[in-house]
Amino acid sequence: MVDVSEHGAGTALETGTAGEPVIACEQVVRSYPMGSAMVQAVRGIDLRIARGEFAAITGPSGCGKSTLLHLLGAVDVPTSGRVLVNGRDTASLSDREATDFRLRHIGFVFQRFYLMPTLSASENVELPLAEAGMDKRARKARARELLGYVGLGDRLEHRPTQLSGGEQQRVAIARALSNEPALLLADEPTGELDAETGVRLLELFGRLHRDGRTLVFVTHDAVVAQAAQRVIRLHDGRVSSDSRSTIASGA
Amino acid sequence: MMAWATLRRHPARTTLAVLGIAVAAALLLDMVMLATGMSESFRSLLLTRGYQLRVSPKGTLPFDSEATIDGAGAIVRALRANPDIKAVSPTLGATLTIDGSRIPSAFTLGLERDVQGDYTLEAGSDITRADSGTTVPLPRIVASQTFLTRAGYVVGDTITISSGLNAQLRTAARSSRVVISGMGRFIYVPGETPVMALDLALLRQLLGPSYRDRMSLAMAESRRGDSASVEAVRSWIATTQPRVTAISTETAIRQVEERLSYFRQLAFVLGAISLGIGFLLVATLVTLSVNERRGEIAVLRAIGTQRLGVLHQVFLEGLLLTSAGIVGGLALGLVTAQWLNGILRDFPGLPSAFDFFVWSPNAGWRALALLLTSGTLAGLLPAWRAASIPIARALREKAIG
Repeated sequence: MVDVSEHGAGTALETGTAGEPVIACEQVVRSYPMGSAMVQAVRGIDLRIARGEFAAITGPSGCGKSTLLHLLGAVDVPTSGRVLVNGRDTASLSDREATDFRLRHIGFVFQRFYLMPTLSASENVELPLAEAGMDKRARKARARELLGYVGLGDRLEHRPTQLSGGEQQRVAIARALSNEPALLLADEPTGELDAETGVRLLELFGRLHRDGRTLVFVTHDAVVAQAAQRVIRLHDGRVSSDSRSTIASGA
Repeated sequence: MMAWATLRRHPARTTLAVLGIAVAAALLLDMVMLATGMSESFRSLLLTRGYQLRVSPKGTLPFDSEATIDGAGAIVRALRANPDIKAVSPTLGATLTIDGSRIPSAFTLGLERDVQGDYTLEAGSDITRADSGTTVPLPRIVASQTFLTRAGYVVGDTITISSGLNAQLRTAARSSRVVISGMGRFIYVPGETPVMALDLALLRQLLGPSYRDRMSLAMAESRRGDSASVEAVRSWIATTQPRVTAISTETAIRQVEERLSYFRQLAFVLGAISLGIGFLLVATLVTLSVNERRGEIAVLRAIGTQRLGVLHQVFLEGLLLTSAGIVGGLALGLVTAQWLNGILRDFPGLPSAFDFFVWSPNAGWRALALLLTSGTLAGLLPAWRAASIPIARALREKAIG
């Protein structure tokens, strides 16, 4: 696991014991307007994800996977029900508190990487560190360390356009890890990658899991989902199955 | 860092926007210079030689008519006797003919050399004083560049000037041979008018006995330059000299400003339009940029950038655009002001020293403040919209590539 002592990000979430829920959803419903109609993307989900778990949320397109992931990541709040992340009800947080919560406790990886195209790999990783108030020298060192961890130690000054899709996603993972979050959320992380690169990325997720991370990723690909320790299937906004694999994660 | 990087992402678009803002800024600067420049120019024109008061025949403005003041000697003596008056410069204007010249006649100013405030000597030597007639063979005059060019003379030439020309007999009542000893820049005379200056006493002699004690106007300098002292002297002249009208620089400027109010209104309207164009350019470009980066901004928010941070970055984009436009606009504005000034100064009947566009730090700061305020306001709305992007919805839309 990458050392975090440098910026003292130790929190209750991080210092908790394995097995206790990092995420708890209680009858979560999320509706949003689409044209004149209200679409219910999530329809009463109850879910618990324990510390150190590696879970995949899967299901067909439009089943509410990404909406659920946004709710777990505190970028969205449920229409009804509760989402508790480390015991905090995300709906009770103000915008400022929710932003700070995401900064310090949640790492996001997106399907299309969403790196800042004008910044180098190192600068992209530094963004959340700068937000957290880390000084420039320490930021640089931390970005170098993280990019080394994801296998891009020789790509520090490359811009996103100079990197392959797999490399960009690794930069995005390094960025997500920058503030040593307790929870890493990924939305279709292999969706834009070819099969071979996707496999290598899943191996990296496996390594992160073995290093003690709590990982939740969303995928529509049932095969990719098998890389996770736990597979939660959604159908029409509800959990249709929740199974645990005996195969070692990412192996 | 991010704001600058964002602007650099589309160099052609940013350059065009900066150029657009620069043009708007230049126009605004020019309009601010025009709005204040004419009265400033008029003020400095009137105060070129320090005279704050003009004394003209009763009910007239200086050189507004051909009227002259009789009993000039007594009036000038009375003014000079006042301890609050530092200097008095009597002036007589007339048209004299020039024998054998390519121009038949020229406007002539009769002045007292040591106190004259009508021209600055640019080449050669000054006019002869009345009391130095015994030391030089011929009286000396100073002519304008236009006079020399159009009449075909150079400094050093001897000419004959006359008054009272009888056109049929081609004889003059009075003539004098004079030497063009210098070339002068005449402050109040239009550049296209050929003009010469000579000693007041000589001009009076040439004009005949009826002009022996006449002047067209006198300029007076108050010993103390503050408005109250100048007004006190003006009031004293008005009371003690019933045959003249005394006008102070401040009053003259007020009168001119009233006449120039159309110019100021035009400048105000054009300035407001250019400010509006600058505002719209910044607002449009920053809004466009925000719309293009909705997903990117949502990601920034998702990974922990506070609303204020997004607002700050987008706002900074607007400010950077405005600032770059201002720098370009300042240079462009000064160049265009000089060019336009050159065109307008050729307008017939204007004193050659009169400027329409006058650079002053005040005008510069005023334009700068207006533009910065406009740029700030223009950047605020898109910045607020960017900071308020609903994160989950923008991520769902996957707006960026």
